[in-house]
Amino acid sequence: MTIADSRPASSPAPYRRPRFARWMERHGKWLIIAPPLAYLFVFFLIPFAFALKISFADLTLRVPPFSDILTVGANDHIRLALNFANYKYLFTDDVYVLSYLYSLRTAFFSTLICLLVGYPMAYAIARSSKSLQNVLLMVIILPFWTSFLLRVYALEGIIQEHGVLNWVLLHLGLIHRPLMLMQTTPAVYLGIIYSYLPYMVLPLFATLEKLDASLLEAAADLGSPPWRAFLDVTLPLSMPGVIAGSMLVFIPAIGEFVIPSILGGPNNLMIGRVLWDEFFSNRDWPVAAAVSIVFLVFLVGPIAIYQHYNVKQLES
Amino acid sequence: MDQRASPVLMTILFAGIAFLYLPMLVLIAYSFNQSALVSVWGGFSTVWYDRLLHNPQILDAAWLSLRIAITASTGAVVLGTLAAIALVRFRRFRGRFLLTGMVNAPLVMPEIITGITQLLLFISMLNTIGWPHRGALTIVIAHIAFCTSYVTITVQSRLQSADRSLEEAAMDLGAGPVGAFLDTTLPIIAPALVSSWLLCLTLSLDDLVISSLVSGPGASTLPMVIYSKVKLGVTPDINALASLIIALVGACVLIAGATLRRAERQRLREQQFAERSEAAP
Repeated sequence: MTIADSRPASSPAPYRRPRFARWMERHGKWLIIAPPLAYLFVFFLIPFAFALKISFADLTLRVPPFSDILTVGANDHIRLALNFANYKYLFTDDVYVLSYLYSLRTAFFSTLICLLVGYPMAYAIARSSKSLQNVLLMVIILPFWTSFLLRVYALEGIIQEHGVLNWVLLHLGLIHRPLMLMQTTPAVYLGIIYSYLPYMVLPLFATLEKLDASLLEAAADLGSPPWRAFLDVTLPLSMPGVIAGSMLVFIPAIGEFVIPSILGGPNNLMIGRVLWDEFFSNRDWPVAAAVSIVFLVFLVGPIAIYQHYNVKQLES
Repeated sequence: MDQRASPVLMTILFAGIAFLYLPMLVLIAYSFNQSALVSVWGGFSTVWYDRLLHNPQILDAAWLSLRIAITASTGAVVLGTLAAIALVRFRRFRGRFLLTGMVNAPLVMPEIITGITQLLLFISMLNTIGWPHRGALTIVIAHIAFCTSYVTITVQSRLQSADRSLEEAAMDLGAGPVGAFLDTTLPIIAPALVSSWLLCLTLSLDDLVISSLVSGPGASTLPMVIYSKVKLGVTPDINALASLIIALVGACVLIAGATLRRAERQRLREQQFAERSEAAP
């Protein structure tokens, strides 16, 4: 541009930039946009289309174990055979509906407890001095970097029959027989809260940190008791953090596999485990695909809420 | 906010932190237990570490996991950074909505769904175009897909706060757009690139569900070996392995954090110095 502009206006032949440069100026941004767009499209979005297709297929005894829904007939007619039996099966066999509801309940209550524990933690960090804040954030983030699988396994060492928790409670005389927590539903709750607590604290901290303290002072000056100021000022202003944190815990918790599989009992039927078994033990891929699709349909709502708040926060 | 937190709040905070750390500390203590039974303290010993270092199954799996993680996080940093630049710098383009969705959805998508759908894709691809064979390659492809999101989110917020005037100044001085970006903005987002690369490394090293689903026979990553051992029962060598991983990751995060913070402070100081020398004629 600078070269073209600096030429005298009377110059007879206007300066033409080389064709490549002009092309780059108009379409060059696609060199940046296209690779991630194409990659995620092929390896993240397209797979859902394949799952949808296979959910309409029949179970067969070949490799891979499902039929083609599109077949070319004898007289070159393309036949589309949609088999809705997999979906019908999901709603006739109780196990899927029950496990889905059970997963929802488990995820809901663990998210609630995470919020009740995480909110005061985030609040305390937000009110600390800047230097302490950095240390505390580091402390909260650090477990997030260590292995998820190993942390769930580590929890086993605390809550098992001869674990630390029972040892302490027995020695304090609070209980007389060891608590049998392993392979129970409370163990699954504990596992989810333990694993996902940092996901709750961080977005909450992000919104609470930005909160203007003078608003609270104003509320106090106008005669609000602290609890009233909290309900009227702090809580509404921290709603984006509450929603982002809750969704970050709730959505993955519904589909959680590792925690119920290690800490939960054999009849703990969370949807993730049912799917896993359908896949690896029963090898019924069309039904597994149908379960995934139905599951996904139910997730669209919560994901959209999360997306909405997340994008707004990132772009503000 | 600058009001003191009440003692009650601080107590909850420290109880929460204790809750996060206690299981890991107990695990480390168990790893030095001579007895194979968790219930009995058989005296201090490093026998399980010794056993671990002579277990070819675990060592092979660890080496495979490391190679997969390095490849996947490098790929994800490249793709994720491009996506972040696209989302921050080009306000309007066809597919922006799609890209935003595809970047944010993997963060909350249950792994089991991502894994199953990707497996179905790989199977269908193998049937029609004969590629890719399931194994380390499909694990890498799947890991890049979910790691890219984490990179984009991290780099995006960093890019947004980056001052564009430096880049414009470089372009006024004759640099091309790419050169200007590399010379001025890249150093500013470099810490975000490093930290997101490290984050992808740990996410990939840790992934069990997606890896198990998309992997083929013969490619067992470390989490897959750990999971099958944990499901089988008494696993004192896994205690040792877990302690090593926790110690290693802890040390890396602390060092990386300190280094990044120092680099950042250095950069801010230089910037201030430059501004001050500009102001004084």
